Amino acid sequence: MRLTIKDHIRESRVFNERVTIGLALLVILIIVIMVRLVYLQIISHEHFSTLADDNRITITAVPPTRGLIYDRNGVLLAENLPSYSLDITPERSKDIDATIAGLSQIITISDNDITRFKKLLKRKRSFISIPLRFRLNDEEVARIAANRHRFPSADVEARLIRSYPNGSLAVHTLGYVGRINEDELQILDSTNYSATRFTGKTGIEKFYEDTLHGKVGYNHVETNALGRTLRTIKRIPPVPGENIYLTIDARLQHIAEQALGNRRGAIVAVDPENGDILAFVSMPGYDPNLFVTGIDVKSYNNLRNSPDKPLFNRALQGQYPPGSTMKPFIGLAGLELERKITLTSSFCPGWFMLKGDDHKYRDWKKEGHGKTSLDKAIVESCDVYFYNLARILGIDRMHHFLSQFGFGKRTGIDLIGELAGLLPSSEWKRNKYQLPWYPGETLISGIGQGYTLTTPLQLASTTAIIATKGKRMQPRLVFAQQATPDAEITLLPPQEINSVTLEKSSNWDKIIKSMTRVVHSPHGTARTIARKLPFKIAGKTGTAQVFGIKQDEEYDKETVAARLRDHSLFIAFAPAEKPKIALAIIVENGGSGSAVAAPISREIIEQYLVNGSS
Amino acid sequence: MNANSSLPRWGERRKSHILVRGLHLDIPLAVGLILLSAVGLAILYSASGQDMNMVYRQLVRLGIAFTFMFLLAQIPSHHLSFWVPWLFGLGLILLIAVLLFGDEGKGAQRWLDFGFFRFQPSEIMKLAVPAMLAWYLAERALPPPPKQLAIAALIIIIPFALIVKQPDLGTSILIASSGVFVLLLAGISWKYIATFLILVSVSAPLIWYSLHDYQQARVLTFLNPENDPLGAGYHIIQSKIAIGSGGLYGKGWMNGSQAHLAFLPERSTDFIFAVFSEEFGFLGIVLLLSLYLFIIIRGLYIATQAQDTFSRLLAGSLILTFSVYTLVNICMVIGLLPVVGLPLPLISYGGTSMVTLMASFGILMSIHTHRRLLSA
Repeated sequence: MRLTIKDHIRESRVFNERVTIGLALLVILIIVIMVRLVYLQIISHEHFSTLADDNRITITAVPPTRGLIYDRNGVLLAENLPSYSLDITPERSKDIDATIAGLSQIITISDNDITRFKKLLKRKRSFISIPLRFRLNDEEVARIAANRHRFPSADVEARLIRSYPNGSLAVHTLGYVGRINEDELQILDSTNYSATRFTGKTGIEKFYEDTLHGKVGYNHVETNALGRTLRTIKRIPPVPGENIYLTIDARLQHIAEQALGNRRGAIVAVDPENGDILAFVSMPGYDPNLFVTGIDVKSYNNLRNSPDKPLFNRALQGQYPPGSTMKPFIGLAGLELERKITLTSSFCPGWFMLKGDDHKYRDWKKEGHGKTSLDKAIVESCDVYFYNLARILGIDRMHHFLSQFGFGKRTGIDLIGELAGLLPSSEWKRNKYQLPWYPGETLISGIGQGYTLTTPLQLASTTAIIATKGKRMQPRLVFAQQATPDAEITLLPPQEINSVTLEKSSNWDKIIKSMTRVVHSPHGTARTIARKLPFKIAGKTGTAQVFGIKQDEEYDKETVAARLRDHSLFIAFAPAEKPKIALAIIVENGGSGSAVAAPISREIIEQYLVNGSS
Repeated sequence: MNANSSLPRWGERRKSHILVRGLHLDIPLAVGLILLSAVGLAILYSASGQDMNMVYRQLVRLGIAFTFMFLLAQIPSHHLSFWVPWLFGLGLILLIAVLLFGDEGKGAQRWLDFGFFRFQPSEIMKLAVPAMLAWYLAERALPPPPKQLAIAALIIIIPFALIVKQPDLGTSILIASSGVFVLLLAGISWKYIATFLILVSVSAPLIWYSLHDYQQARVLTFLNPENDPLGAGYHIIQSKIAIGSGGLYGKGWMNGSQAHLAFLPERSTDFIFAVFSEEFGFLGIVLLLSLYLFIIIRGLYIATQAQDTFSRLLAGSLILTFSVYTLVNICMVIGLLPVVGLPLPLISYGGTSMVTLMASFGILMSIHTHRRLLSA
C-alpha cells in the first residue's frame, strides 16, 4: 500500500455517514412505495376489485374505416362493403385445433385459411380475435349461429371489406388491399393495426396506406366469464382514413382501356399544365376484388403465368425503346446545340454509313427521303437525318441535353416500383460493361433505339414538357384529400420542378410546328388521324424494333412471329396551340406507330377535348 | 453505527459456530437469501400456472447461483482485489466483442455465443465496475481530488456507453449507479454531487432525443397509460388491477384471477411482484419488503464493519445496487416508474442476473468472514 496521507479514521467516519444517508433514502423510498400500495390496495381496492371481478373489463380495438378513393370528378373507385367473417379469440378456446376441426364440419375452411390463421395466432395477443374465414354467406352465418354454444371462442363479425365497383378499371393505378401478411405485421404499427385486417398491397392503396388507414379506436367493454360482451363502458371512436381524389378521369380511363382493347400496351395521359395524370392504362388488367380476401391459388397462377402478364404494370415499369418518338427531343438538341446544321438540309439515300465502317445504317424508307430538312425529318420520320445529327451531337451532349427532360430518371410519381428507363452515355457504358462507346451506337441512339429505354409514364411526362415549352410539372395521381365525408376537400397544389430553358425559346415553336405537321400535313406519318379534327394535334409516331434485322433483309410483317413484331408508339399533345392533354401510347408488337397507336390517341384526345372534362 | 463501528468486534466472532466460520458464510444473510428464494419459488409456481418445469429450472439456477456465492465467499478480499483490473479489462474486451459479433435477441445485441453457452458480458461489469473503482480509489487518499475523479468517471462511462449501445438501458443505468455509489461512499464532496445533478437535469432533453423509439414509448406510456391501452400501456393497467384487487389480505396463493386468466403480461418475470401483491395482499408485501430490508441492512452493516477501504467501498456499493434493483422493479410494477425491464431479485424467473447477484453476496460474505485473517 502506498503511504500517502491516508486518514483511515476520517475515511470510515465519512463512509458510515454516507451509508446512513443511503439507508435513510432507501427507507424514504420504501415509505413512498407503501403509500402507493395503500392507495392501490386499500383506498382503491374496490375499484380495482370490480375491474378484476368475474364481469371483467376487456378492451377491444375498433378498426377505422378505410378512406374512399374517387376519381377527379367524384366517381367512386374504391369503397367498403359489409361482409361477415368468422373470428376466433384464442384466449377463450381451450383447444384451438379442436375448435377449428369442429367448425370445419359446419362450414368449409380451407387449408389456406388455417395456415394463415396459425401464423397470426403466433403474433397476436391471445385476447385479440383473429379471422378464420371471410365472406361467409347467409347459410354459413346461420349454421354457426345454431352451433355457437359449442364454440365459445368463435364469433361472427360483420365488418367492412374493400370493394372496387368498377372491377379492373384503373387497377394498375388503384392497386388493391389484401390481408396483412407476416412480413407486413413486422413493419406496421401493431397498436394502430390491432383491429385492422387489410393493408394496401400495390398502387395508390399502398402508397397512401397511412392516409387511407386512419386511427384505431377502442371499446372498453364489460364481459362475462366466457368473454361475451355485456355492455360497453367507454368508447374511443376510431378516426376514419382520409378520402382520396385521384387525378384520373374515370371516363377517359375507360375510353383509353377500351381503345387498347385486347392489345397489350400502355397509355399515360397527363394535363401538362399541372402534372395531373388523366389516364394511366396498362393492359391487360385484372380484377382487384379477387385479391382482397385472398385469391385462390389457381386463379393466381393463371394471372401470374399468363404470357400477357396482366399483373405487370406496363405504364410504370415497362421499359421500351422509344424509337422515333425520341426524334423531336433530339431535334431540339440539334436546334440548341448545332444551329448551323439544322439550318441546312441533308440528303437521304435510304441508308447512312460511317467513315471506315462498311455497315449500312438503314432508313425505314428503303428508297430514301431525298433532300431532307429537320422539319421534314420529323414529319416523315427520316432516320438518316437523325443518324447524321446524332453523329454531330455525340452521345454525351445528347445525354446531357435529354437528361433535363427526365429521360433515364424516375418521374417520382406517387406509386411504388417506378422504373427509371435508360438514357445511355459513354460514362454509363464504361461503368456498366467496361467497354468504350462505339460511334455506331450514337447513331441508333439518335433514333431512340439501342440502349435507350423509356417507360410510358416517362414518355408522357417528357412530351408534356414540349407541350408547355419547358415548364415541368411533377406528375401526380392524387390532387385532393378529405378528412371525413363532411369535411372540406383539401386541394394539394401542383408542384413545379426545375424547368427546361432553351437559349432560343423560338426553338420550342419550331419543334411543335413540325410535330403538328406530323398529323396535319399531306406527308405526315400520322396524317390519317387528322380527318375532321376540330382542333390540332401535335404528335410523333414511333416504331420500336423488338429484334434486330440483318443487313439487306426485308422486314416482313406477315412472317415475323406476333411477339417479335415492332412496338407501336405515339406521343401527342392537343390542342397544339394551348395543350390541355399530353399523352404517350405504346402498343406491344402492334406494328407501326402510325397504323395502331396514333388512331387510339386521336380517339382519347377527341373524347377528352370535345366531350369535355371538369 | 457509531464512530467505533469500524473496529473489529471480536466478541461477535466467538459467537458464530465453528463449522460456519470455516465455510465463511454469514448466517443472517444466508438465511434471508434462502427465505427470499423460497418465497420466489412458491410465487413462481403460482404465476406460471403450476408449471413444475419452470420451478425446477429456477431451482437449478438458484443452485448454481448459491454455488457461486459459496465459492466467492471462500476467496479473501485482498486476493479478489488482485484480479480486479484483469476482470475489468476482460469485461471491456467482451463488451466490444458483443457489439462486433454479438447475437441479437429481441432487437438488442447483448449476448456472446461461445457455442456451448451464451452469456451477457454486461453481467461481468455489474461486479467489475464497482470493484475497479473501489480498487482504484482504495490506494489513494480520500476523498478523491478532481484528477482522480476524472479517471473514476472514465471507469464508469466507458462500460456504460458500450452497454447503452447494445442497447440495454436498464442494465447500463444500474452499472453506472453502482459506480456512482462507490464515489458517494468514498466521500466525494457534496459540491460535485450537486454539480452532477444539475448537469443531468440540464442534459435530460438531450438524453430524451437519443433514446430509441420503444424506450421513448415506455416513458410516454408511463406518463399516460390510457394512451395506448392495447400496446405498451397494457402492462401497467393490468398490473395495477392485479395489485389493487389484492387488497389488504390478498386473494390467497394460486387464487389471483388477473394472473391466472392471463391478463397480466410477463407475470413470471418482470411483473411477478404484481402476482405476489394480488395473492398475498398488502400484509404479504409488508412481510416481503421487511425481508428485503433485513438483507439490505445486514449488507450495509457488513460494509461498515469491513477493515480496508477496498472492501468497504465494494461491499457498500454492491448492497446499495441490490437495493436499487429491488426498489426500481417494485416502483415499475406499481406504476411509480416507467417499465425498464428489470427483474425482481431472487423472485423473478430467469437466470443470468441471479448468478451475478449471488456472486456479489458471496463477496459480501467473504469480506465479513475473512476479517480476522486480514488483521492477523
